[in-house]
Amino acid sequence: MVPIPRKIRVLIAKPGLDGHDRGAKVVARALRDAGMEVIYTGLRQMPEDIVEAAIQEDVDAIGLSSLSGAHMTLFPEVVRLLKKRGSGEIVVVGGGIIPADDIPKLKRAGIKAVFGPGTPLGEIVSFFKKAGKGA
Amino acid sequence: MRDEDGRKVLEEELKRWQETTLREALEALPERRKEFITTSGRPVKRLYTPLDVAGKPDERLGNPGGFPFTRGIHPTMYRGRLWTMRMFAGFGSAEDTNRRFKYLIAHGETGLSVAFDMPTLYGYDTDEPEAKGEFGTCGVAVSSLEDMRILFSGIDVGGVSTSMTINSPASIIWAMYLVMAEGRGVPWTRLRGTIQNDILKEYQAQKEWIYPPEPSMRLVVDTFEFGSKHVPEWNTISISGYHIREAGATAAQELAFTLANGMEYVRWGVDRGLKVDDFAPRLSFFFNAHNDLFEELAKYRAARRIWAREMRDTFGAKDPRAWRLRFHTQTAGVSLTAQQPEINIVRTTIQALAAVLGGTQSLHTNAFDEAYQVPNEKAARIALRTQQILAHESGVANTVDPLGGSHFLEALTDELEAEAYRYFDRISELGGVIPAIRKGFFQQEIANSAYRYQREVEDKERIVVGVNDFVVDEQTEIEPLRVSEASFKAQVERLRKLRGTRDAKKHERALERLFKACESDENTMPLILDAVRAKATLGEICDVMRQVFGPWEEPLLY
Repeated sequence: MVPIPRKIRVLIAKPGLDGHDRGAKVVARALRDAGMEVIYTGLRQMPEDIVEAAIQEDVDAIGLSSLSGAHMTLFPEVVRLLKKRGSGEIVVVGGGIIPADDIPKLKRAGIKAVFGPGTPLGEIVSFFKKAGKGA
Repeated sequence: MRDEDGRKVLEEELKRWQETTLREALEALPERRKEFITTSGRPVKRLYTPLDVAGKPDERLGNPGGFPFTRGIHPTMYRGRLWTMRMFAGFGSAEDTNRRFKYLIAHGETGLSVAFDMPTLYGYDTDEPEAKGEFGTCGVAVSSLEDMRILFSGIDVGGVSTSMTINSPASIIWAMYLVMAEGRGVPWTRLRGTIQNDILKEYQAQKEWIYPPEPSMRLVVDTFEFGSKHVPEWNTISISGYHIREAGATAAQELAFTLANGMEYVRWGVDRGLKVDDFAPRLSFFFNAHNDLFEELAKYRAARRIWAREMRDTFGAKDPRAWRLRFHTQTAGVSLTAQQPEINIVRTTIQALAAVLGGTQSLHTNAFDEAYQVPNEKAARIALRTQQILAHESGVANTVDPLGGSHFLEALTDELEAEAYRYFDRISELGGVIPAIRKGFFQQEIANSAYRYQREVEDKERIVVGVNDFVVDEQTEIEPLRVSEASFKAQVERLRKLRGTRDAKKHERALERLFKACESDENTMPLILDAVRAKATLGEICDVMRQVFGPWEEPLLY
């Protein structure tokens, strides 16, 4: 018997009040087309909601999208809450309108990668594939 | 008979050309690709001739300032008055943004446009938990009348026109503006400006909704009714395709969904018992300007023609002012690249050119640094200068509808118009705009287009300069624009003081009366004005409405 490989599970989330969902939806669809199991939270999620959903859905990785400038508050908070709940192994990445200066700060706060405007979908897909294997 | 003969001659000539000159040329040098498409994926033919344009020119085009306004809504267009140069601006506190407004005015902008921060757009005060991390990041925070006063201090509100990009809480923000003007002794009849107030496209694209569609529409119609009586020069709505396009729609979808929404507002106004000639002249529009020059131009011209026809023939408007589609344009934020950001200045120039050739009434040009942040001062100034060069150096403002009569443009205008009508039919089949929103129709159409576009970029079927071709490895230094912690603290302190010093009884009574009005079918505007006068905050007023109207849950799809 050949075991059926478990699909990589990804949560795509929109933290905070930001309504720009074009990028999040495009990424969700690209990951789905690449064979992953994608859960999209919809808009206006508090970091607590995102962490709860990630644990409930047993995901390998979380993609956070923010274009409203609140990333420095919201992204690290998701990482902090995951660790607090004992789920620090879940990989967290971010995307959106992120000033260059903020990227090293986000990485220090545990955000594994930041995908800015113009990032090829292929690059995002391969990142999640690797993240899924590591899980 | 003559026309038909002429057509035949043209057809024969074209055929001859195809079989000789063209064939030889293609044999010598094949074309670069099999199919050429617009930014929206619409196929473009090699050549357009008079054969591609159907119907009589006087019916399709008319003259500028006359039905169906395809060539423009004014007989002289920019020879009489240039478009309003209106730069969308806002960040941090009311003080921060007031300084930016004065900077832009000093550099020659001719109208104001306010960008609000996310908490304000969603009806939260700066100090509420939901607002955490979002103060002033992508617009200015306005939580109270006090903030509104500071935002416009030292600015002649009786002389300048002010546009405010606010939707779900539009009537409250408008009330703050009206009370601010009242306090400065400027009569409402002198106020000119626009509230975006277009809730339908929020459910479809921009997603800054608070309540469900029906009570939200009631609030919109309340402003139509109130405005037509008390603030006659104010545009009580800006029916917006901009955000629909930014979310991923094609030009035809932008056109179709925006006008379908426009007609839905008219129906709601008429159902309220308003006369179409009383409120329709104050409906205004807002479109995107993307990269594909001719497609964008065709979109604006088709929009004017459809609106004029529908207003006159379907809704029976008698006043020509109700037939005229007036619109603001913003260049496409979504087209800006983070890679080699300086080249965004060129993109914005082409887009602004489309808006001007398309006969826009006002224009915002994006700044080159906006793929990173809210624009810094210098980037905003260059964006404004782009408009000034178009107005004063390019020569395109010297004549009306300079490209009218181009076979390509006229054929494209007809095509976009026909596609819009096909969408109107589909929306009707779904039961109308609001049922179609509930079914996720617009949302799915937009998401599909966004995904298709991105795939084309991935597969290099579409070249985005600096992103998937002509790439360089360099880091561009962009002068950062940061919202200061001091601004945040001052704003929180101002709110604390306001809540501590206002007349508590008066405040409570005003909110109670508003609550009752929301439950009944009384026009809410006078009660919102009273609540603002009693120093109720934006969040408090929205809380009253949230209690009565409840929340909106959008269909989840991608």
